Amino acid sequence: MGADAVFHVEGLRKSFGQNEVLGGISLDLFAGEVTVLMGANGAGKSTLVKIVSGVYERGAGTMRLAGQAFDPQSPAEAIRAGVVTVHQNINDGVVADLDVATNLTLDRLSGKGASLLFKPANVRAEARAVADRMGLALDLKARVSDLSLADRQMVAIARAMAHQPKVLILDEPTSSLSSVEADRLFSLIDRLRGQGVAILYISHRMSDIRRLADRIVSMRDGVVSGVFDKKPLDYEGAVNAMLGRKIHLDRVVARSSARAVFTAEGLQLAHGAKPISMTLGAGEVVAITGLVGVGKTALAETLFGVRRPLAGTMHMDGKPYAPSSAREAIAAGVFLVAKDRAASGIVGGFNIERNISLPFLKRMSGLGVMKKRAERVAARRQIDELGIVCRSEKDELSALSGGNQQKVMVARWMSQASRLFILDEPFQGVDISARRDIAAKLRASADGRATLIFVTEIDEALETADRILVMSEHTIVGEHRNADIDLDRLLAQVAGGPLHSAA
Amino acid sequence: MSSSLAERATARERSMTLRDYAIRYGFIVLLVGLIAYFAIAADGFASPQSAVFIFQSVAITGVLALGVTATLVVGGFDLSIGSVATSAMMAASYAMVVLEQNAIVAVIACLVIGVIVGLINGWLIVYMRVPDLLATLGMMFLLLGLQRIPTEGRSIATGMTMPDGSVANGKFSEAFLALGRHRIDFFIPNLIPVSVVVLVVLALLIWFFLEYTRFGRMMYAVGSNERAAELAGAPVKAYKIWAYVISGVFASIGGILLAARLGRGDIASGNNLLLDAVAAALIGYAVLGAAKPNAFGTAVGAVFVGVLLQGLTMMNAPYYTQDFVKGAVLVVALVFTFALSGRGKR
Repeated sequence: MGADAVFHVEGLRKSFGQNEVLGGISLDLFAGEVTVLMGANGAGKSTLVKIVSGVYERGAGTMRLAGQAFDPQSPAEAIRAGVVTVHQNINDGVVADLDVATNLTLDRLSGKGASLLFKPANVRAEARAVADRMGLALDLKARVSDLSLADRQMVAIARAMAHQPKVLILDEPTSSLSSVEADRLFSLIDRLRGQGVAILYISHRMSDIRRLADRIVSMRDGVVSGVFDKKPLDYEGAVNAMLGRKIHLDRVVARSSARAVFTAEGLQLAHGAKPISMTLGAGEVVAITGLVGVGKTALAETLFGVRRPLAGTMHMDGKPYAPSSAREAIAAGVFLVAKDRAASGIVGGFNIERNISLPFLKRMSGLGVMKKRAERVAARRQIDELGIVCRSEKDELSALSGGNQQKVMVARWMSQASRLFILDEPFQGVDISARRDIAAKLRASADGRATLIFVTEIDEALETADRILVMSEHTIVGEHRNADIDLDRLLAQVAGGPLHSAA
Repeated sequence: MSSSLAERATARERSMTLRDYAIRYGFIVLLVGLIAYFAIAADGFASPQSAVFIFQSVAITGVLALGVTATLVVGGFDLSIGSVATSAMMAASYAMVVLEQNAIVAVIACLVIGVIVGLINGWLIVYMRVPDLLATLGMMFLLLGLQRIPTEGRSIATGMTMPDGSVANGKFSEAFLALGRHRIDFFIPNLIPVSVVVLVVLALLIWFFLEYTRFGRMMYAVGSNERAAELAGAPVKAYKIWAYVISGVFASIGGILLAARLGRGDIASGNNLLLDAVAAALIGYAVLGAAKPNAFGTAVGAVFVGVLLQGLTMMNAPYYTQDFVKGAVLVVALVFTFALSGRGKR
């Protein structure tokens, strides 16, 4: 650690109104090292990143980059100075209506020395060079809006790399990548580390952290609560510093259920896929795990009536169940916390209370007129139950941290009793403590309904579920009771099929 | 816990900054200030008759503005309202003057036109996936042409010669004209015109609908995040189509009031209706810092424009400055909404 820090932050403060989010952060990044930043929900990670990348103005403190004062007034200035950020929200990093080649070279279209005319051939050649450096195997003419989330993420990162940054900040870059794609990202990070780039890596995935970290910085309540740089790294210490309490590593006690709530017979999701049959019992929490793109969301949407199966039947409590819309599913007691809360969950113009009541307006109104008192009571109860950190039920969702926004989404669908409760990637972009809160709440309230969660992370399944189903190639390929589980077999099933050789 | 939440809520109220107050009450204060200024500077401005005149002058645009507010709420826009209103006016005139029908038939014909245009607009936008501005722009042109076809481009009045050489002998029924001309006693005899009553009733209706019913709530949800609303079980397409039907019906009611006021089907009238109505609805974004379409704001926006124009007229400002003043007010209101309230920016 003898070398001077490339990037040095001292006493950084930031408040929104009276709410102090950062209370004096000091942070050093060193050339050729990956510094992992860990922090719970609302610890201030996102705010720190936004200040460093020039999105927010800082309240107080100093920043130095390679010995020079670093004071970006805009994201463009930060990038020019050599601090490049790949944000958590993938669609911020790409322009959906343009093709891949233009996206990769977007930053060269403006600024000094940019050619007046747009030359497609040049753009494509430059883009090809960038893509090759990244090992990006994508059709450069494809429109980004036609790409999967994972491919968009790769484009966003590739675009950031094109700047040859001194400091690279990655905000939860693997949260929507499959393990193969994540491996590609890791090897790229290794290469950049070798070239002397200082990397700040923000993640909740312990597997990522173990794979990459040279140092770990833990944040809690807007301050640095621990710096770990002695090898071997003290991962548990870092988690403790972040949570400020001893986390319980005890696994769930697997329950089994006798009474079936939901059954599916011969459900076919895609052409050529083997049909799915399954039974979900009252009181049990079942997790379906599998890589990105194996049809988890397709299955969730089929159960919720948003998508029609190619074949097969479903039953709820013994009665035929064939919903043709979300409305019919909700009426039958099937609720879905959809994946990607910003796009498909949060109503931006509504406060917490109105977001929670959204699906149940009919039940909270008489003759069409809203019962505002009932609405408020329900919202306050849910805020209490899930421990949503907010000033009041009238807060806008934009004022909440990612984890608390997710809690509001879960609270929405837990505000009324359901028969089958489906959650699609409920822990995406959620820190460990909020994740534990949500999982504990799911298990505690599981009586009387069937609960089904779709997660890519096996850890999340192990922490939450009584039973774990494995999906691959749009079908279910394995089933495990979450007790004395054979992890190797489970992992083999996850990586099964044609991915087997690649994994 | 709930009591501590309440305490925190009141603490937040106390912590409102001057800027927050400016955003919240700025436009209302401006309106009150404007009224006070004209009351002092312009003789006769501060009288019941003057107040009624202001309301009467904004009644028709106000009704149209309330309709377009419904489409703004679901994240759409309706550019066809002005031509729906003039089409309704021509249809009412045609029904009474040429077809010699009574007031009720004329009113029903207008409302049916409003519903049909709303349904077509909604269908184009929801099922044909034509962007709202373009669909309703197309409908606007279509109606501007269509309303002239039956009379080959002539205005409709009793005694007019029809294209086939016959003379139209029907006339506007008294009951129909009363909609535009009758005044109701209110402390002072013959004070309040029926059109103002229609405006107030419709404003209260749409305000209650948007703010207090689950349908209004869901319309806001559809406008803010369509997919989230759909996954929450809302029939999103139906809500969108309904919004255009509301807009079409309100516009046709505006057309009925216009026909009743003019007493003839004047091909040249109603040119300003669309722009004035849209301006009122957009000014409404700034009222009480709502930063979203809302019925109360739209009503205040319409009155604001009315007060300004009445005051300027009474102070002998030339008529051709009116559009400039309206535009300036609209721009200021939009700055209030988007810059000062800091939507989307911390």
